[in-house]
Amino acid sequence: MSTTTTPTSAGGTSLVTLGKRWDVIVERYNSQPTIIKALGLAAALVFVYALPLIRPPFFTTDQIDFGGVMFSVAAFALVAVGLNVVIGYAGLLDLGYVGFYCVGAYTTGVLTSYHWSWPFFLALPVAIAVTMVTGVLLGAPTLRVRGDYLAIVTLGFGEIIRICVKNIEWLGASAGIKDIAHPNTIGAAPQPPFDKGGLFEVPRLEWDGLIPSLDTQHKTAVLAFGAADAIPYYWLILTALILVLIGDRLVKASRVGRAWEATREDEDAAELMGVPTFKYKLMAFALGAAIGGLSGSFYASGQSGYISPDSFPLLLSMLFVAAVIVGGSGNRWGAIAGGALVAYLPERFRDFADYRLLIFGLALTVLAVWRPEGLLPPRRTRRAKAAEAEIDALEEGELEGGLA
Amino acid sequence: MTGPKALLEVDNVTIRFGGLTALDSVTFDIREGEILGLIGPNGAGKTTCFNVMTGVYQATSGQVRFDGKVLTRLKRHKITKLGIARTFQNIRLFKSMTVLENVMVGADAHSKVGFFDALFRLPRHRRTEAASTARAKEILEIVGIRARHDELASNLSYGDQRRLEIARAMATGPKLLCLDEPAAGFNPAEKLRLMELIRRVRDEGYTVLLIEHDMRLVMGVTDRIVVLEFGRKIAEGVPSEIRDNPAVIAAYLGVDEEDAS
Repeated sequence: MSTTTTPTSAGGTSLVTLGKRWDVIVERYNSQPTIIKALGLAAALVFVYALPLIRPPFFTTDQIDFGGVMFSVAAFALVAVGLNVVIGYAGLLDLGYVGFYCVGAYTTGVLTSYHWSWPFFLALPVAIAVTMVTGVLLGAPTLRVRGDYLAIVTLGFGEIIRICVKNIEWLGASAGIKDIAHPNTIGAAPQPPFDKGGLFEVPRLEWDGLIPSLDTQHKTAVLAFGAADAIPYYWLILTALILVLIGDRLVKASRVGRAWEATREDEDAAELMGVPTFKYKLMAFALGAAIGGLSGSFYASGQSGYISPDSFPLLLSMLFVAAVIVGGSGNRWGAIAGGALVAYLPERFRDFADYRLLIFGLALTVLAVWRPEGLLPPRRTRRAKAAEAEIDALEEGELEGGLA
Repeated sequence: MTGPKALLEVDNVTIRFGGLTALDSVTFDIREGEILGLIGPNGAGKTTCFNVMTGVYQATSGQVRFDGKVLTRLKRHKITKLGIARTFQNIRLFKSMTVLENVMVGADAHSKVGFFDALFRLPRHRRTEAASTARAKEILEIVGIRARHDELASNLSYGDQRRLEIARAMATGPKLLCLDEPAAGFNPAEKLRLMELIRRVRDEGYTVLLIEHDMRLVMGVTDRIVVLEFGRKIAEGVPSEIRDNPAVIAAYLGVDEEDAS
C-alpha cells in the first residue's frame, strides 16, 4: 500500500477535519454523566447570556454598541434557524424570506403603535399567527411548482410585500412606523433620566488589554426594555432562539423530520411511499414563516422601535439564504453559525463596511469552490463524503498496487 | 374458475399519450397470495401498466380496482395507504438517510403522528416510533440487511440497495407488492438469492407483482404470467403454458431464441 496521503481536494479534507472536530466535541459531551452534561449545558447557557456583559477583548466591537450587535446576531441566527427548516430540511428554496420577516415586524408595529396600542407580549403571538397564515396563503398555490420556479415565485413575494407596505397609507407608507412598543419591563418602571427600572442592575466588564475590571458606570438593568440599553433585548431574543431550537430538535427527530427529508431527497418516491408531500412542504413553509415572523416582531420592537419599508430590502433575503448555505444547510448549529457570522463580521470590521458586499461575494465564491456543503454540514453529509474519500483511496491503492 | 379472490383487477384499461397508445384494452387480475409475473419485450407497456396501478398515470379509459375500490383519480399517497407498494426500476432511495430511516419512512405511511405529537412528545409519538422502529428492523431482517441498518443508503452495495427498496416498500404494509425489474444488473448468483427473497416475501403473506426481463427468474418464481406486447395482452397462464405458447415465443423470445433452443 502507498503511504502517501489520499489525493482528495483540500476542501474535502478540511471539511472532514472540521466535521470530525465538531463530532469529537459532541461525542465527548454525550459520553459525560448526566450531572456533568447538565452543568456543562448550564455553563454554556450562562456564558452565552452573559456575553454582552463579559465583552471579551478582540471579539467586542469597538465602534458600535456590542449589546446591539449581539442582538442582531441573535436575530439573524433565529432567522437562519427558521429558514433552515424550509431550505435545509424540506429542500424548498425560499428567496423571499424577508417578506415574512417584514409581515411579522409590521403586524407588531400596527398593533402596538400605529393603529392600536397593544402591549408587545400580546402582539407577539398575533404577529406569529399572521405570518404563519401568510406562509400558508403563499405556500398553498406555489408549493405545487418545484425547484427554480418556487425560488422565482418567492423572490417576487419578498418584493411584493416591500412595495405594498411602501405604498399603503394604512401601514405608514414610506415613512414607516415609529414608537413601536418595547417589550414590557419586568420590575420597577423606569424613571428617566437616572432610574432605569427593572429588577436589579448588573455591571459589565471593562478590559485593559487582557486585564478585566468591573465597569460600574455602565450597568444593565435586568428586564428593563428601554432605548438606552440593547442587552435586555438580546436576552429576550436569545430565549426565543433557545425555545425554537428545542422545538426544532423535537420535530426534526420524528416522523415529520423524516417526511421532510424524504421529500427533499426524492419527492415522487416519497409520495409513493405514502408521504403526503404537499402537506409536509406546506408545514415546513408555514413553520419557517412563523419563525421569520417571530424574529421580525422582535426586530420591530427592538431598541429603536422604528421600522420602514427600507428596513426590508431584497438584499436581506439574500443574506438570510447565504447564512443558511454558509453555515451548512440542514444542520441547525450550522445555520446558527452562518446567521451569527453574517450579522457579526460586518459590524466587527466596520472599517471595511463599504466593501462588505464585495468581500462577502468573494467569501461565498471561495466557499462554493472548496466547501459547497457549508461550514458545518449535517453529520450524514460528512459521513457520505468520508465514505466517498475512502472508496477513492481504496481505488487509488488498488491502482498503485496493480502497477507495482 | 374458482380460486382465491382477485386483489387487483385491471379492467379494460387504455392509456394514450397523444397519438401513442401505450396500453390497449388490457384486462387481467392479480389474486391474493400469488406471485404474478408481468413480462413483455421493451416498450410493451409493462411499466406504464405499473404506473397506472400506483396512480402515477391516469387511465384514458377503463378502471383499476383494488380490493373492490376504484383507484382512478386517487392521490398517490392514498393508493399507498390502501395497500399497494412498489419499488423502482432505477433505484430511488432516500440517499442521505440511513437504511433504517428509509424503511421508517415507509412504516410511517399509516402513522397518525403529527406535528404536535412530535413537538410535545405525546405518548402517541413514543408508541408509534417504538412500534415502527421494531417493524422496520424486522423487515430488514427478512430482506437480510439488518446488520447494516445504520449505514447511509447511498453507501450500500448495488444489490443491498435493491433489497432496501423492497424493504421500504414492504414497510408501508401493502397487500400488493409491485417489484419493477428487481433483478436488473444482477449476476446469476444474486438472481438466485433474489428468487429466494421473493418467495420468502410471498410466504410472509404479501401478494407480489413482478415485472421482469429475465425469463429464467420469471419462470422460476411466479405462479402465473401475463404477457404484454405493444400495449396488448397476448397471453396469460401458468409458466409452463407460457413457455410453450407460440405467440409468446414469437413475440417475446424472438424466432432466433426458438432456433437456438
